[in-house]
Amino acid sequence: MLPVAFGVSVVCFMLVQIAPGDPLTAIMPVDATAEQQAAMRAAYGLDKPVPVQYLVWVGNLLQGDMGRSIATGRPVAAEVFGAVGNSLLLAATAALIAFPLGSFLGFLAGYFRDTILDRAVTAVSITGVSVPNYWLGIVLVIVFSVRLGWLPSMGAGPGGSQDWHWDWAHVRHLVLPAATLAVVPVGIVARTVRALAGDILSTDFVQALHAKGMSRIDVLHHVARNAAATALSVMGLQLGYLLGGSILIETVFNWPGSGFLLSNAIFQRDLPLLQGTILVLAMFFVGMNLVVDVAQAAIDPRIRRS
Amino acid sequence: MLHFRNGLAALALAAAMLGAQGAAAQGTLRIGMTAADIPLTTGQTDQGGEGMRFMGYTVYDALINWDLSSADKPSVLVPGLATEWAVDPEDNTKWTFRLREGVTFHDGSPLDAETVVWNLDKLLDESAEQYDPRQAAQGKSRIPAVAGYRAVDEHRLEIVTSEPDATLPYQLAWIMISSRANWEAQGKDWEKVAAHPSGTGPWKLETFVPRERAELVPNTDYWDAARVPKLDRLVLIPLPEPNARAAALMSGQVDWIEAPAPDTIPAMKGNGFVISSNALPHNWTWHLSRLEGSPWNDINVRKAANLAIDREAMSALLGGLMIPAAGFVTPGSQWFGTPEFKVTYDIEAARALMAESGFGPDNRLKVKALISPSGSGQMLPLPMNEFIQQSLAEAWIDVEFMVVEWNQMINLWRAGAADAAVEGAQSINFSYFIQDPFTGFIRHLDCNLIAPNGTNWGHYCDDEMQALFDRIKTTFDPAEQDEVLRRTHEKFVNEALFLMVTHDVAPRAMSPRVQGYVQAQNWYQNFSSITMAE
Repeated sequence: MLPVAFGVSVVCFMLVQIAPGDPLTAIMPVDATAEQQAAMRAAYGLDKPVPVQYLVWVGNLLQGDMGRSIATGRPVAAEVFGAVGNSLLLAATAALIAFPLGSFLGFLAGYFRDTILDRAVTAVSITGVSVPNYWLGIVLVIVFSVRLGWLPSMGAGPGGSQDWHWDWAHVRHLVLPAATLAVVPVGIVARTVRALAGDILSTDFVQALHAKGMSRIDVLHHVARNAAATALSVMGLQLGYLLGGSILIETVFNWPGSGFLLSNAIFQRDLPLLQGTILVLAMFFVGMNLVVDVAQAAIDPRIRRS
Repeated sequence: MLHFRNGLAALALAAAMLGAQGAAAQGTLRIGMTAADIPLTTGQTDQGGEGMRFMGYTVYDALINWDLSSADKPSVLVPGLATEWAVDPEDNTKWTFRLREGVTFHDGSPLDAETVVWNLDKLLDESAEQYDPRQAAQGKSRIPAVAGYRAVDEHRLEIVTSEPDATLPYQLAWIMISSRANWEAQGKDWEKVAAHPSGTGPWKLETFVPRERAELVPNTDYWDAARVPKLDRLVLIPLPEPNARAAALMSGQVDWIEAPAPDTIPAMKGNGFVISSNALPHNWTWHLSRLEGSPWNDINVRKAANLAIDREAMSALLGGLMIPAAGFVTPGSQWFGTPEFKVTYDIEAARALMAESGFGPDNRLKVKALISPSGSGQMLPLPMNEFIQQSLAEAWIDVEFMVVEWNQMINLWRAGAADAAVEGAQSINFSYFIQDPFTGFIRHLDCNLIAPNGTNWGHYCDDEMQALFDRIKTTFDPAEQDEVLRRTHEKFVNEALFLMVTHDVAPRAMSPRVQGYVQAQNWYQNFSSITMAE
């Protein structure tokens, strides 16, 4: 994991350095003189050579200091972890919708392969994967917020995310973004499970189970266990995407998560915030892969043996 | 009888309570801002004009404020925390300000001259304990004239300028005065002050959630009775995405949004929402390179380009939400004057001027322009610039665009026309604040502010213009200074020094429940007169 973390830190540092633009535009009026700009650049250490800036950043990181946002002056760690917490809430809710629903639909399609049901599920899953989810988000807002007035269109609760409670007044803010975010993983999980279930159902061992007189439910239980390891790895990756890849959804719904933070940091060229957010998300992704690997091994003895 | 008396007393009490409720309960106004974050709360705000609008002139005051009371006339300077000010007739670098007596900050501490000195040190003196780099980054460049300052006595302040500069009052209208006692009470930590700021303004910050919301409540002890807020609460919500702002308004989550996207306005009007707009000291222009070899050095070409644009047609493109330029400042500005060159649409006159300079359908002029797909105050830059491209083509000027992202555009704006990064572009489309003599005139064409020293992007330098700028700075009578500014503007227009296109009208969409709002012709606004209807 350490080499991956090092690679991630180098890539995310260099990516934001090579992008055109200047973080000072976010914190200084355009009329600031060249002298004032130079003084500010020095104050933030932006006048140092890039390798030195990297070493300073990594050195501080190793001491638990992610620096301060150039645009807001607030500690990056507080900004990032607060936002990641909000994104986790959204991603977990979307996952709770997407994974069981995708698995159920996929299983149905796999079991009833080449029937109308299979085609219907395939159509739904392809639509889910293909529809731009930010567009879908806007449509859902128009229908459920603007036209029907049933659900709020933005924010993480009536008093903001710091005031989060598990009551309807807050949870209703979660419904539209989570449902929108769930659409793509529903499609991906359904397609994956369909393929797995279809393949496993046509294997010899399933025929043998049927021949032994095992009940249909028990056979499906075996099929599910065999499909679980691969499905789990897909779901793990999807959870990573849900957390890090929800920039557009969080922007459409003004959800104060890591995607929204990242989007603002990009527009402001807020280098410390950008680096910190990318690093945390990348490490979360790496961590998620590790968890999935361990879980796969725990579920499937063949992986353990290999 | 006793029952009757008791009944009357109960009725009277109920009536009194209802009356008191009616007077106090004027509602909560929730505003969706375009900013991505709550502007800096400690005094000197960030996020440009929007920051000053929502977190500057609400929570704080300047020594000299902008008059935000009228929608019908250009906004002017009025006394703020200083009741009067004058320059020393013997030494034009020395100014004396008399501070308003009896003013207290939200924390209860009194305003005095030492506190103002402390505030200036906060921005200008890097060795001062209270020096705040974030506020300094915003404030220092706003007061370039200030060279020294001291408290003469409890209520008198002296400011010394580096050279005579009659624009000092405009500069000071940028500087928000925060409480020294509060900073000390918060452990001399600006981060803590950010959550619990204290100014002298008509609103107090009660709740602050970074990136999500700020809630302001009235300062009922505000020194200007006319600006004591009528609302119970003002909630500010960052909503940078235009569609999210529109949806939030139309679903009733906010009552007011800044800068609705033009294509959402018909739907909003159709649903009963009110669109408020007014002239704004804002400019959307092309700045022109005046380096050797630039085609814009030819006054015929400059005038022809200005005459080739049908601004009324462009206004239709923007749903009427623009003021067609008649000059560099807005047509209703106190500094407009009476320029001889009429900025209007006359393609035949444009072609005649081009022909006079040797251009024609078979000898077309090629120019390169820097534009951005979006950005602060940019309105709808891509369709607007394409409209200009088509218009100029009619006058035999072929425009090649170099499209850059807004953050990078700001860098190129600061770098100037001679910088290699602009790759030979001879024009740049930029939009900005033109509310005072410096931002409206001087910074664009002063010989001393040629980029990268300032934002004279095109490297223009002219003795006569420089003399006018010097007169602006040395004319201390405001009426006479306005006269010099009118002469300056006439020269801007008569020599067609820019491609003058349009001014924004600061559209904002609001629920019909929002009552009593007067949209001042200013980047800042007064929220104190507003109430919410049931």
